[in-house]
Amino acid sequence: MISIISIMLPRASVSARRINEVLETEASIKDKEETKKFVEDKKGYVEFKNVSFRYPDADTEILEDIDFTAKPGETTAIIGSTGSGKSTVVNLIPRFYDVTGGELLIDGVNVKDVPQKELRKRIGFVPQKGVLFSGTIESNIKYGDASMSDEQMKKAAEIAQATDFIERKEKQFKSEIAQGGNNVSGGQKQRLSIARALAIDPEIIVFDDSFSALDFKTDSKLREELAKQTKGKTIIIVAQRISTILNADQIIVLNEGKMVGKGTHEELLKNCEEYREIAESQLSKEELEGGAN
Amino acid sequence: MPGPMGKNNGAPAQKPKNFKKTTKKLIKNYLSKYKFAIFVVIIFAIGSTIFNIVGPKILGNATTEIFNGIVGKLSGGTGIDFGKVASILFTLLGFYIVSAIFSLIQGFTMTSVAQKLTYKIRNDIAAKLNKLPMKYFDKKTNGEVLSIITNDIDTLSQNLNQSITEIITAVCTIIGIIIMMLSISVTMTIISFVILPISAIIVKIIVGKSQKYFQRQQEYLGHVNGQVEEIYGGHTIVKAFNGEEAAIENFTKANNELYKSGWKSQFLSGLMHPLMNFIGNVGYVAVSVVGGYLAIQGKITVGNIQSFIQYNKRFTQPITQVAQVSGMLQAMVAAAERVFEFLEEEEEVKDPETSIDTSTIKGNVEFKDVEFGYDEDKIIINDFNAKVKEGQKIAIVGPTGAGKTTMVKLLMRFYDVNSGAILVDGHNIKDFKRADLRKMFGMVLQDTWLFGGTVKDNIRYGRPDATDTEVIEAAKAAHVHHFIKTLPNGYNSVLNEESSNVSAGQKQLLTIARVILANPKILILDEATSSIDTRTEIQIQSAMDNLMKGRTSFIIAHRLSTIKNADLILVMDHGDIVEQGTHEELLAKQGFYADLYNSQFDVEEAG
Ligand SMILES: Nc1ncnc2c1ncn2[C@@H]1O[C@H](COP(=O)(O)OP(=O)(O)OP(=O)(O)O)[C@@H](O)[C@H]1O
Ligand SMILES: Nc1ncnc2c1ncn2[C@@H]1O[C@H](COP(=O)(O)OP(=O)(O)OP(=O)(O)O)[C@@H](O)[C@H]1O
Ligand SMILES: [Mg+2]
Ligand SMILES: [Mg+2]
Repeated sequence: MISIISIMLPRASVSARRINEVLETEASIKDKEETKKFVEDKKGYVEFKNVSFRYPDADTEILEDIDFTAKPGETTAIIGSTGSGKSTVVNLIPRFYDVTGGELLIDGVNVKDVPQKELRKRIGFVPQKGVLFSGTIESNIKYGDASMSDEQMKKAAEIAQATDFIERKEKQFKSEIAQGGNNVSGGQKQRLSIARALAIDPEIIVFDDSFSALDFKTDSKLREELAKQTKGKTIIIVAQRISTILNADQIIVLNEGKMVGKGTHEELLKNCEEYREIAESQLSKEELEGGAN
Repeated sequence: MPGPMGKNNGAPAQKPKNFKKTTKKLIKNYLSKYKFAIFVVIIFAIGSTIFNIVGPKILGNATTEIFNGIVGKLSGGTGIDFGKVASILFTLLGFYIVSAIFSLIQGFTMTSVAQKLTYKIRNDIAAKLNKLPMKYFDKKTNGEVLSIITNDIDTLSQNLNQSITEIITAVCTIIGIIIMMLSISVTMTIISFVILPISAIIVKIIVGKSQKYFQRQQEYLGHVNGQVEEIYGGHTIVKAFNGEEAAIENFTKANNELYKSGWKSQFLSGLMHPLMNFIGNVGYVAVSVVGGYLAIQGKITVGNIQSFIQYNKRFTQPITQVAQVSGMLQAMVAAAERVFEFLEEEEEVKDPETSIDTSTIKGNVEFKDVEFGYDEDKIIINDFNAKVKEGQKIAIVGPTGAGKTTMVKLLMRFYDVNSGAILVDGHNIKDFKRADLRKMFGMVLQDTWLFGGTVKDNIRYGRPDATDTEVIEAAKAAHVHHFIKTLPNGYNSVLNEESSNVSAGQKQLLTIARVILANPKILILDEATSSIDTRTEIQIQSAMDNLMKGRTSFIIAHRLSTIKNADLILVMDHGDIVEQGTHEELLAKQGFYADLYNSQFDVEEAG
């Protein structure tokens, strides 16, 4: 007995220490004891007020002085070069991280003051990298709410331009999805994650460069459909393609974590050097002018 | 066919499906290499047991000696013969020491056999992993594969180590004890045998029950692991969609089952000892009473009673042991079965014996009537024909899901064509060794892949012998040098396993630096710049052009601006080439491509 214990005891204590390490790690994002209510007549407002941010353990600010308001019924686009902080900005909205300076208000209240669950219910989030879970197409689209009706699921798939390829599959919505979504193409993965976000019928929809794997045709059809079906919602789009954001009500131009422009396509073409360069890199002169009117 | 236990409660493959076959395989493929060592184990286990078993008998002799001495003294005799007692005790000590040494040798040998064996199995599995076709991974989750590598091998090694030793010891002990008991008193032996059937029944019930729960425990352990793994990987989605509760609920469900089955199996096996003890004690009382009676009658010496009682006490233990070991064996064989199943999975077609010299390959690529489907009966690529001359820049375009990435996977032989052939400089790609083939290609895939490690190692991945200067040159060409410089440790900064600490575009730039450094014969870029902003894209264009100069390259891109200057554009739809030609030719055709190309300007009218 003693001999067995002498082997087991040190083992157990090593394990216990490791378990403790995990358990004692404090969740850095917590709900407050007393939470506030969303302001009803500010529904759908996303307000960045002089927000700055640095990643935990990093010593430089990734975002500085971000200040804009996205309103319901409008599309706010974010554009900027690789690594300029676009994903970081949108990741703050569902409170994956807490801002380190300034304030972020959603529906009129600071995101730190509301229960995370309530907050995230209002947001449909499409990440830059399509992540699917093993299961079926249905279980993935219904991920946000397993009890949703089939009609709602189908409608979301329809807007996301996914119906076409789903219906071509033998088992349709019951088709299996392998771990990580490895058995669908890049663009199909993206459309399924868009459908997943639309399916919960959120008031704020965030697309983080979510059209990059789509061909232009599907891309434009999708956005056309989106515009029709999501009237009155707040849309925030991170994009690389000028054509995607041409008609946005407001475009935020980021450079190295700072806002260097804010306005519509025409305004920015006139007064934002950064934006003009991006536009010129994509469209020829004629195309630029053709697109602007 | 129900298993050897005759029960079939529908529990999934935790119970070996074919105990005999798997055991044979285990012995033939692995254990037989350690024949000698196992022989040593058996001999020393038997030896150790024998020396251990005669102990009580000798001790009994000492007791008898002392008893006789005292009785003799009382009746005026010589008293205790201490010399004799001492010599008996020394013999005994000697026996125990020998037994301990034997047992040590036996344990040492067995442990090293078990460890070597599992080492070999792990190696086999690792080798196997590299030989499995991609198809296999489409159907299995990482969790399932991992469970084989960790859980099953662990069970195998531990149970192998313990059960072989224990079963030999237990069987020897039982036989030895019976012999010793018979040699002392046949009557008493018969009495102590009365309890045997009772013990046997109890053991059978408990083992049967606990075995069931043990199997369930293993099964749910797998579920729990799988869930944790997937949720960990997709935690942003879990959070964003308030999936925490559902995830926790699912987890709790599985965990609850795990708890229940774990508790029951442990409780039941824990029950065994006290129960057996109790029965043993009942037998012990019976034997003592009969023994005392026989001693009074003078039919047996006091020392012999003592020895007999000791043997009797030890008797129940090996029986329990055999029962437990049989459970362990079952679990072990079940684990071995899954391991073997994995090892016997159909492998990708073997590499040819003779390899083709790739140093002179120029880069002519031909697709000849290629037909392919991920499932044999669901064809995705119908009839793909194209001829690519060395140094050409080929673009593959088409709507999403058209099969573009699939063509790349075929070219790299991640999958094999159903029919038709892909030729490089006239050689079927099946005639190359896979490693050679893949070394010829440099690729940036749609799913950027970086591993947990330093930035430098990641860039160097395709050419491990590259110097630091070369790495920096490549990074500069890919326009990531500046970014890397801003990282706290520069080129030695560590990317985490999911490389979530760099932006998506930065990830792509790093993989581009990697191909630039690797300097391959044929280049494949699948949406290589989809997350890179267009200005940076233009900046790295010259590096890309340089890279593609004189090199056959395949480019897949939705941003048609990047492929305008391709020598040949293959337009795919639903797995077929619907058009081919240069940008100008295709635009003039006013067909599918022109439609696709112009669609990026339709938006404005639509919106
Ligand atoms: N591992 C797989 N198992 C089964 N089907 C698959 C697998 N991978 C892809 N498919 C299917 O094959 C078809 C072609 O996929 P492929 O990835 O080649 O498309 P693609 O042209 O690269 O599209 P995209 O532009 O979206 O990346 C799709 O319908 C997809 O769902
Ligand atoms: N978890 C992290 N820890 C530390 N730094 C990070 C982390 N995630 C991102 N960064 C850094 O923050 C900066 C902004 O990253 P972000 O992902 O927001 O860029 P982005 O604008 O979305 O770029 P892309 O267009 O490539 O997606 C980058 O320099 C990146 O390396
Ligand atoms: Mg990003
Ligand atoms: Mg693809």
